[in-house]
Amino acid sequence: MLSAGEIPLAERRSGYEFMSRETRAMQDDEATGPALFSLFDGEALWNRKAGQAGVACASCHGSMKGVAVRYPKVESGRAVNLEQQINVCRTARQNAPPWAYESRELLALTAYVARESRGMPIGIEWNGATAPFLAAGREAFNRRQGQLNLSCAQCHDDNWGRRLAGSVIPQAHPTGYPIYRLEWEALGSLQRRLRNCLTGIRAETPPYGASALVDLELFLMWRANGMRLETPAVRP
Amino acid sequence: MTSRRQFLALACGALAAGQAAAQLDPNIQARRAAALESAVRKVTGGKPVRAGKVKLEVPPLVDNGNTVPLSVSVDSPMTSADHVKAIHVFTEKNPQPYVVSAFLGPRAGRASITTRARIADTGKVMAIAQLSDGSFWSDTVSVVVTLSACLEDGLI
Amino acid sequence: MARVVINAPKSAKRGEVIEIKTLAGHAMETGFRRTQTGELIARDIITQLVCTYNGVEVFRAELHPAMAANPLIAFTTVATESGTLEFKWTGDNGYAVTQSAPITVV
Repeated sequence: MLSAGEIPLAERRSGYEFMSRETRAMQDDEATGPALFSLFDGEALWNRKAGQAGVACASCHGSMKGVAVRYPKVESGRAVNLEQQINVCRTARQNAPPWAYESRELLALTAYVARESRGMPIGIEWNGATAPFLAAGREAFNRRQGQLNLSCAQCHDDNWGRRLAGSVIPQAHPTGYPIYRLEWEALGSLQRRLRNCLTGIRAETPPYGASALVDLELFLMWRANGMRLETPAVRP
Repeated sequence: MTSRRQFLALACGALAAGQAAAQLDPNIQARRAAALESAVRKVTGGKPVRAGKVKLEVPPLVDNGNTVPLSVSVDSPMTSADHVKAIHVFTEKNPQPYVVSAFLGPRAGRASITTRARIADTGKVMAIAQLSDGSFWSDTVSVVVTLSACLEDGLI
Repeated sequence: MARVVINAPKSAKRGEVIEIKTLAGHAMETGFRRTQTGELIARDIITQLVCTYNGVEVFRAELHPAMAANPLIAFTTVATESGTLEFKWTGDNGYAVTQSAPITVV
């Protein structure tokens, strides 16, 4: 189902490969890597009873292995990402208020859950249920937008490996989210990174959680099928 | 309301707005060079610093200036009679020249430290080791730092 | 809540040079950044890390704003005797964190 310009599986390369040896070492450093404290936070949140229902994630859920590589999912007529799913559980099961996007808690718990799938291949299906959202995401990826009138595809399908003002253009596979981005000096979600890109091409940024962004997330994950999850990745 | 000075500063595509305001100072390079020289003199007391014995490892092209892995090791037996007392790291182009000073001694076993620094702009990074015999040795690496692609804040 | 991580071996042979890696969770606000309206954001950094080995200082680092956020500091020390390695971080605005790691030297 590849369009012209989409990257065949054998040629898919993670952003990891475009980084320097030293930055890769930071990602590989599980003992003192920069995302470590977020993972500790995430673990604490996973085990902490919360909300009026007084239950913890751990009360209902066992291992989260294999979960993050199947997100975003299509549920109740829309694509839902892992952050949104966590908030669904917060509100519907724990009877607790949802966490704000990019809040320390939501990032930490998302990182903790996603980390359990570290090393596993990404697997998003293109089927009857997901097709309309994947198509919307693909259309967004290929659409020129913003004052610079650039599409994602122009940089990330057509010019990956070349430089954009000193930085190497990666293929834009979301293999490690939430990532510790050195530019942010903090953990952040894929949506935060997408909004950075949109700002970069001087396009309007949809609000966090907008379906336009989640559809694009879904497409990007599908486009990265077969690649191994690296959460929490370190990226420049 | 953005003043013209701030607008120019932002439009220069510089790093933090604060630094941009400073970068409009035509003497900025001279002032930073003087600050670096003064910082080094404070450490060495004016004694000569020779290149050698010190190995500063820092990537020549950094992925991001906010977090640059950096290691310094010094060729020394680390005995009571002959050891490294301190390792000082400086940058040429940061708003202030100091990065870190590590105080060792014979109990270190090896003269070696690893950390992560912030390097604001392309320029030199310098490591100076103070030995127990009072001599100073250094290593200097030129590092290229570029602005990240696709930032959060618009430039205007 | 101030968090730190110490990565040091729990046991070593007498005379062995051991590697210690420390990580502190801290934003290390440089004091050079400004808000969108131009106000300077006050400096807030860790300024010192001291490691003592059974009460004797074996390592000290003085940190400046040019240290990256969540500062990692790795160094070595000779395993001389069994006991306790104590690590103390201090910084601006009263920041003070102490953590220990026991070590058995055979």
